[in-house]
Amino acid sequence: MSEELFDLIIVGAGPAGLTACLYASRSLLKTLLLEKGPIGGQDLIENYPGFPGGISGYELIERIQKQLEDYEYQFLQEEVIDLQEVEEVKEVHLSSGKVLKAKAVILALGAKLRKLGVPGEREFTGRGVSYCAICDGPFFKGEEVAVIGGGNTALQEAIYLTKYVKKVYLIHRRETFRATSILQERVKKNPQIEIIVPSVIEEIKGSDKVEKIVYRNLKSNEKRELEVAGVFIFIGHEPETGWLKGKLEMDESGFIIVDREMRTSRPGIFACGDCVSKKFRQIINACGEGAVAALNAEEYIKNLEK
Amino acid sequence: MGACKVTDQDFEKEVLQSPIPVLVDFWAAWCGPCRAIAPVIDELAEEYAGRVKVCKLNVDENPLTPGKYGIRAIPTLIIFKNGQPVETIVGAVSKATLVNALNKVLG
Repeated sequence: MSEELFDLIIVGAGPAGLTACLYASRSLLKTLLLEKGPIGGQDLIENYPGFPGGISGYELIERIQKQLEDYEYQFLQEEVIDLQEVEEVKEVHLSSGKVLKAKAVILALGAKLRKLGVPGEREFTGRGVSYCAICDGPFFKGEEVAVIGGGNTALQEAIYLTKYVKKVYLIHRRETFRATSILQERVKKNPQIEIIVPSVIEEIKGSDKVEKIVYRNLKSNEKRELEVAGVFIFIGHEPETGWLKGKLEMDESGFIIVDREMRTSRPGIFACGDCVSKKFRQIINACGEGAVAALNAEEYIKNLEK
Repeated sequence: MGACKVTDQDFEKEVLQSPIPVLVDFWAAWCGPCRAIAPVIDELAEEYAGRVKVCKLNVDENPLTPGKYGIRAIPTLIIFKNGQPVETIVGAVSKATLVNALNKVLG
């Protein structure tokens, strides 16, 4: 495969990458899709149009994958470690040692869940510390848990958890939530949710599993302990773009800078989805950007041939 | 062939008394990440056939075993050797991570 020249290599098979692949394969571009591992997904998406009652991130992914079965493209489960440009050809280097070549590349790298970075978080992951309420909520039936964060995901999951747990402490570092109004209203009306703001977690404690957390009120600076069996952390995402440093323009957090056409600072290299620098990270944006990236990649490839 | 199914009832016989190491995938139908790694688990079952036994335990139908091993998140993958848990991996990790863990246990 190393001698083969693809029209397009798409790195990442989340919503952005899969949508780009859908558009590219329908444009009959010789397309290769790369994904290093299982694709993360949010528990429940209530704001993706066309799915009354909501859909889980994994189900949405499965549906796009199914839709792609009608078209021709290649898929490899491999990790990309480097991207080089040799004149107009892009070389995609894999951790397996393989080097793949393409006329254009779309980076749909996604982002990983941000960690709190407090003592106890790593040790107790899977023993009370969780990043997925649907997966792990049922293990906390009748117990008290803390949810950390103030965005849509945090509030959505706090509400979801009340189906199983006795009580949710919703802890957020600011006094106001970023989440959409309807979720804020649902949280405030829910008698099982107690809001603790503006506060930050300082430590997660326990013997062999989570037993309590230490938090500090940012206004009074007062420290308190809270007995909880679980800590569910939803504080956003961070990029995994370290390997691209110096090659593409990025913002100070490491998200890739693109223009409205999803072009990066290098010709023929496009980026879309959660890995690009922007204010709002929504699945619908990721899909829309994937489409735009693929259409612009197609135009770029056609112009190369002129 | 894919991964085999184990239950609370046959866990002792199929996992703890197994002469070769056993990878147990604790999963449930309502867990998206579990579904995401299921194909990888089946691939490992084929690739390590004869060297490592790869099993799946549904935590919904079998609450005793996950309770015994303190499982509070799924997917959790535990590698057992001579009846003892020797490696625990939490979450939907890449195939490479699982391959490394298995090779470490195989020595």
